[in-house]
Amino acid sequence: MSNSITIDGKPIPFSEGQTIMEAATAAGVYIPHLCHHPEYTPHGSCKLCNVKVNGRICSACTYPAMDGQDILNNTQELTDDRQKITQMLFVEGNHFCPSCEKTGNCQLQAVAYHLNMLDDHFPLFYPTRAVDASHEALMIDHNRCIFCTLCVRASQQKDHKDVFAISGRGLNKHLIVNAQSGLLKDTDISMNDQAAHICPTGAILIKHTAYQVPIGERLYDHKQIDQVSLASETLKHDK
Amino acid sequence: MYEHLETAKNQENLKRVVVDPVSRVEGHGKVTLLLDADNKVQQARLHIVEFRGFERFIQGRPYWELPVLVQRLCGICPVSHHLAAAKAIDQLVGVDPENLPVSADKLRRLLHFGQVLQSHALHFFHLSSPDLLFGFESDISKRSIIAVLAAYPDLGLQGVKLRKYGQEVIRMVSGKRIHGTSAIPGGVNKSLTKAERDYLLEDIDQMIAWSSASVTLIKKVHCSNLPYYDDFATIRTNYLGLTKPDGGLELYHGGLRAKNAEGETIMDHVDYGQYNDYIHEEVRSWTYMKFPYLLSMGKENGWYRVGPLARINNCDSINTPLAEAARVDFKAHSKEAMVHSTLAFHWARLIEILHCAESIKLLLNDPDIMGHDLVTQGEKRFEGVGVIEAPRGTLFHHYQVDENDIVTKANLIVSTTSNNMAMNESVRQVAAEYLSGRELTEPLLNNLEVAIRAYDPCLSCATHAMGKMPLQLELIDVEGKLIDKLVKHSSGHIERLAND
Repeated sequence: MSNSITIDGKPIPFSEGQTIMEAATAAGVYIPHLCHHPEYTPHGSCKLCNVKVNGRICSACTYPAMDGQDILNNTQELTDDRQKITQMLFVEGNHFCPSCEKTGNCQLQAVAYHLNMLDDHFPLFYPTRAVDASHEALMIDHNRCIFCTLCVRASQQKDHKDVFAISGRGLNKHLIVNAQSGLLKDTDISMNDQAAHICPTGAILIKHTAYQVPIGERLYDHKQIDQVSLASETLKHDK
Repeated sequence: MYEHLETAKNQENLKRVVVDPVSRVEGHGKVTLLLDADNKVQQARLHIVEFRGFERFIQGRPYWELPVLVQRLCGICPVSHHLAAAKAIDQLVGVDPENLPVSADKLRRLLHFGQVLQSHALHFFHLSSPDLLFGFESDISKRSIIAVLAAYPDLGLQGVKLRKYGQEVIRMVSGKRIHGTSAIPGGVNKSLTKAERDYLLEDIDQMIAWSSASVTLIKKVHCSNLPYYDDFATIRTNYLGLTKPDGGLELYHGGLRAKNAEGETIMDHVDYGQYNDYIHEEVRSWTYMKFPYLLSMGKENGWYRVGPLARINNCDSINTPLAEAARVDFKAHSKEAMVHSTLAFHWARLIEILHCAESIKLLLNDPDIMGHDLVTQGEKRFEGVGVIEAPRGTLFHHYQVDENDIVTKANLIVSTTSNNMAMNESVRQVAAEYLSGRELTEPLLNNLEVAIRAYDPCLSCATHAMGKMPLQLELIDVEGKLIDKLVKHSSGHIERLAND
């Protein structure tokens, strides 16, 4: 066994048990993603990391790397699909980048730029969603939640709490918190929890920190998400 | 004066003429005239037909979003909204203006001077200079910055570069020319680096020289046709604005001062946090813009003007030498009396451009703008009022928040709103004195727009499409039959569509 796959024709080594995403990241190949984080169990829900494995669509974050796989990642067809998926994420929430405090530091926005998303394409849903600002130090803006479940996983797996969950189905799907009142202030979340900092959009925010980083010094001001992602996630995968 | 023309006594048998939209202003407004059989104007109104709703949809948002969200009201003067909101939310984190860190205060002032400079340059050179240089009733093909650049290339280019310089000041302080981020609760998010400071210093002397020349130019234009300039759209009004404690011109922070048409003080050094005790707003059915007035003088007589003319009329001095000399010269022209000429707004505006350029130079040479003490905080409060002198006049932002930091109530009195009554009065004056009884033509109707344009209104606080605004003029008889229709297309081409 040579333990090698090819991604867009390039041979990539992998070690036993690695997913395609992990092998690709270790080799410096970026596969767009939002719900994936190297420190948490893969979820495979955002579908941005869809790749073609021997002609068949698979989620790179959940699919194990296996010897001899011929994988397509950076193709026009997949980029178009990913762009459509990102557009759907934008229209089903209320994502107003111009005034959002996460702008410049937002993975959803950065992925959209990376995929050259120039408009929403689909009609905007304008859903009515609430803001939960009850907690002294944290805030949930449900308008920006994309149901990636990173906060759910971070709270369970890292913070060893159970603050978040996804409830409902389809259009009624929504983020809930573990408190009878339904309010963040009545949960045991703390500002230092991993779950408070993991959100890839502006849905879970640390209060009173908005716009403190000037334009020009934000995460994605000078680097695209592929560079930022590979630089930060390669190390974490290695761990 | 011309209030009788707000509503015609008997609207039957009157012809309706509409100028829609008013061009070379920010936003979307229209003018309607009702004429009798002899083309005498019986009614003239400036309508603001847009509805923005910012005061409503910022409710429910966290207060720290306000400076960045509300600045999206406008593409021309976003910094003014950014800073007025910032001054209000400073109070929500327990910081009064005098407690703001010195560097933060100076950086905000620098940002604001850059903003007023670029906005005034845009208004004078790009929007108004065609009227002033070629004549109010000149050929429509001449009434654009493109024609100015062709006929007066040096002057046109100076205008473009002055605006660019102001925008560069904004970019250095806030990260972007339009809709940057700088002010945060209790301070600012960055200071200037030495490289950024030096970059701005490179051209500042040239900007002062060009600003100075523009004051000379407007004085020459104004005085070359003195009776006309002193009379056109002129109305005697009260004036409102901020001044320094010593009565000097102030754009960023001061007390409210109001003077009447005779120059007598109505109120002075009023804490703007109490504005609600001094200013109320009246709503009228035919426009989305309210009519503010000074409470002490009542609805009938309490309306006032804001903006450059109000500020130069109101202040006792200017703390930069060239602008002060220009102010003294301006006041000598009126023999120290209040200047009521609406076209003198342009002159006052260019005195302010000069003041901004001089002030920018002073601040750039102040090491505090490169300081690192940028933010402070105090005890949380639940209400904040921020007032600033925006390019177009006094701008009020007033917010209330709940215990969760969420905005529960907002009130904005935008500068142009304060000039609403005055603009209508000026439109009525021009309609009565210059249009009434004449056969209406497109150049003649431009007189109405010239009167409105002098105020530099930001009708929606939004960007405008320079030279692209179509204009349609319809003459309809008493049976509702279209008699005449002139259409100005986006290309500038004018077409007579119906005359049957």
